[in-house]
Amino acid sequence: MADIKGTQLIHEYLRHNKKFPHVFCAGCGHGIVLGSLIRSIHGLGLAKDNVCIVAGIGCSGRLAAYVDFNTVHTTHGRALTFATGIKMAKPNMHVIVVMGDGDSMAIGGNHLIHAARRNIGVTALILNNNIYGMTGGQCSPTTPAGSYSMTTPMGQMEQSFDCVELCTAAGANYVARGSVFHVNKLDSMIMEGITNPGFGVVEILSPCFTQYGRKNKFKSPVDMYHALKSKVTPLERFNAIPEAERGERVPSGVFVKKDKPGLEEKFYEMAARCQGGE
Amino acid sequence: MARPKKKHNKEIFALGNEAVVEGALLAGCNFYAGYPITPSSEIMEIMAQRLPTIPNGAFVQMEDEIGGLGAIIGASLAGRKALTATSGPGFSLMQENLGYGCITETPLVIVNVMRGGPSTGLPTSPAQGDVQQARWGTHGDHSIIVLSASNVQECLEMTIEAFNLAEKYRTPVILLIDEITAHTREKIIIPNEDEYEVFNRTLPTMPPEWYKPYEETVRGVPPMPAIGSGYRFHVTGLTHDVNGFPTSRPDEVREFNERLFRKIDQFLPDIQLVEEIDTEDAEVAVIAYGTVARSAELAVKQARALGVKAGLLKLKTLFPYPRKATEKLMYKAKAIIVPEMNMGQISREVKRVNNGQVSVRTINKVDGQIITPAEILKVLTRI
Ligand SMILES: Cc1ncc(C[n+]2csc(CCOP(=O)(O)OP(=O)(O)O)c2C)c(N)n1
Ligand code: SF4
Repeated sequence: MADIKGTQLIHEYLRHNKKFPHVFCAGCGHGIVLGSLIRSIHGLGLAKDNVCIVAGIGCSGRLAAYVDFNTVHTTHGRALTFATGIKMAKPNMHVIVVMGDGDSMAIGGNHLIHAARRNIGVTALILNNNIYGMTGGQCSPTTPAGSYSMTTPMGQMEQSFDCVELCTAAGANYVARGSVFHVNKLDSMIMEGITNPGFGVVEILSPCFTQYGRKNKFKSPVDMYHALKSKVTPLERFNAIPEAERGERVPSGVFVKKDKPGLEEKFYEMAARCQGGE
Repeated sequence: MARPKKKHNKEIFALGNEAVVEGALLAGCNFYAGYPITPSSEIMEIMAQRLPTIPNGAFVQMEDEIGGLGAIIGASLAGRKALTATSGPGFSLMQENLGYGCITETPLVIVNVMRGGPSTGLPTSPAQGDVQQARWGTHGDHSIIVLSASNVQECLEMTIEAFNLAEKYRTPVILLIDEITAHTREKIIIPNEDEYEVFNRTLPTMPPEWYKPYEETVRGVPPMPAIGSGYRFHVTGLTHDVNGFPTSRPDEVREFNERLFRKIDQFLPDIQLVEEIDTEDAEVAVIAYGTVARSAELAVKQARALGVKAGLLKLKTLFPYPRKATEKLMYKAKAIIVPEMNMGQISREVKRVNNGQVSVRTINKVDGQIITPAEILKVLTRI
């Protein structure tokens, strides 16, 4: 497997018995995340059998079906709870969860904050496209104020969640934000999220032209990638800009990196003591 | 399960809820996740103490019952024997994931210690109001196995049974207990290892490249490897083909759904557990389950003493509903009495089987009190 690159590498990890084509629209960011995830796993040299991808429901949730790992496509919002069971049962496995913004922060919001608080050793990739893609473009907890969607035809009035702040406050060990425009950085964030102990979150800004872009004055998917390019700002640079001048910029980078042991490590240490191992 | 011989066994004085834990551990349960709720909480509390002391045991308290069921599904897919326990409101929250357990054919055991309802209802009073919820609570058409227990010893035995059926048929199994049995303390006998059977899911024997996770087998139950054991396949709540990938092709969808029913319907004699007391010559028969079956047993004895040819069919399996055992009673009896702590959730099944042949009388009580032997005796002696 050593020197394969690009598409060749991707093919190494795709399921050959899966009926393609995939469900993603042209220009969807979710496919780029899939590529990044595969490169990260390959880069870390993880054995396929030792990786479990757990996905929620939404366009993002479909990602799991295409890759040749242990894959579980769960119920809407609940992926982290299934992942918690898998990680507690198989603490040596790399459990990676793929969720949408609606999936993780609306219906699954409670599970997200508690997975972070509990510090269970799974890595959560939150594919944030600011909208409910699969159900046809209703607003999500991250739809920016003023944006249009099927359920906010006059513009969103509610505030939106900042995924990074939410997970940081809830106690996650590792919190990062990347984008599908900046894939090399994204690869390294996913790798770091996987290797860091405890609960890790990587929020990934991933455009949905079909459901969000068309209603919000983007002319093409390419337009959305240009917007990402100009908005997403490395954390250090973002902090150096005076608050009044930040405008639409979104900070990206690693926000939290702690090395507290994951719940599963602590549990099995305690169990070993109970069983007289010490 | 053979009734254990006393002198070789450990006798303990236990609550119904404690007996559930003992049964689960004897059956090989090594994973618990859940959320506390009266009157089931002791099951979770004792599991929190016991599981860390057994090799490979694991326990997590989740943020809600949805998470509890999600976590045990994950653990079961990863090869564990997993349990959760709850009561009515928590059971309602579990319903979506219960359907996921059915369609993905994941062995699970869910104990529901029923309390009065609807809603938060009567948290510490007994009821049998979740019988049809256990059968039909989740969306979609599906088969399911629902068991019950009527005393503390049965809590232990039926929990072992629940794990065995779950593993054998790759399906969620629900054990319904009512608050009285859960909170009654009685002497029970812990069987020796050779006195009960433990069934484990069938593992695949073919090489991973040949394995099809949802392929038809003679028993209708495909072998099930654990996540991380070298067999990499897709698990999804979407209707899937034999390879585990989503499909909407009518022929594949039909075959899949029919197999889910068939794998259980083919083996009814193995699944439909009942106990018959004085039924051979019974002219009036009581059909009861849970704590009410205990009242009924005494009422039947008292009626016999008064010269009434009474009998009891105690249901240990509620679903698939034991039709054969019920029909057999109806050939002989003039009348059937169904006492329940609900407005008629099993008598509905009895009437369906009966189809107008004999008179079916119901005794329904929904005041948070048990149905007493005297109340059943009164009806028995008046028929
Ligand atoms: C319990 C439940 N409620 C609602 C749905 C319908 N549903 C499917 S996907 C989805 C939202 C998807 O949006 P998001 O999580 O942001 O992912 P995306 O499709 O944008 O990747 C919803 C509401 C469901 N499947 N289950
Ligand atoms: S609807 Fe949006 S999120 Fe879903 S596949 Fe299309 S572009 Fe991607």
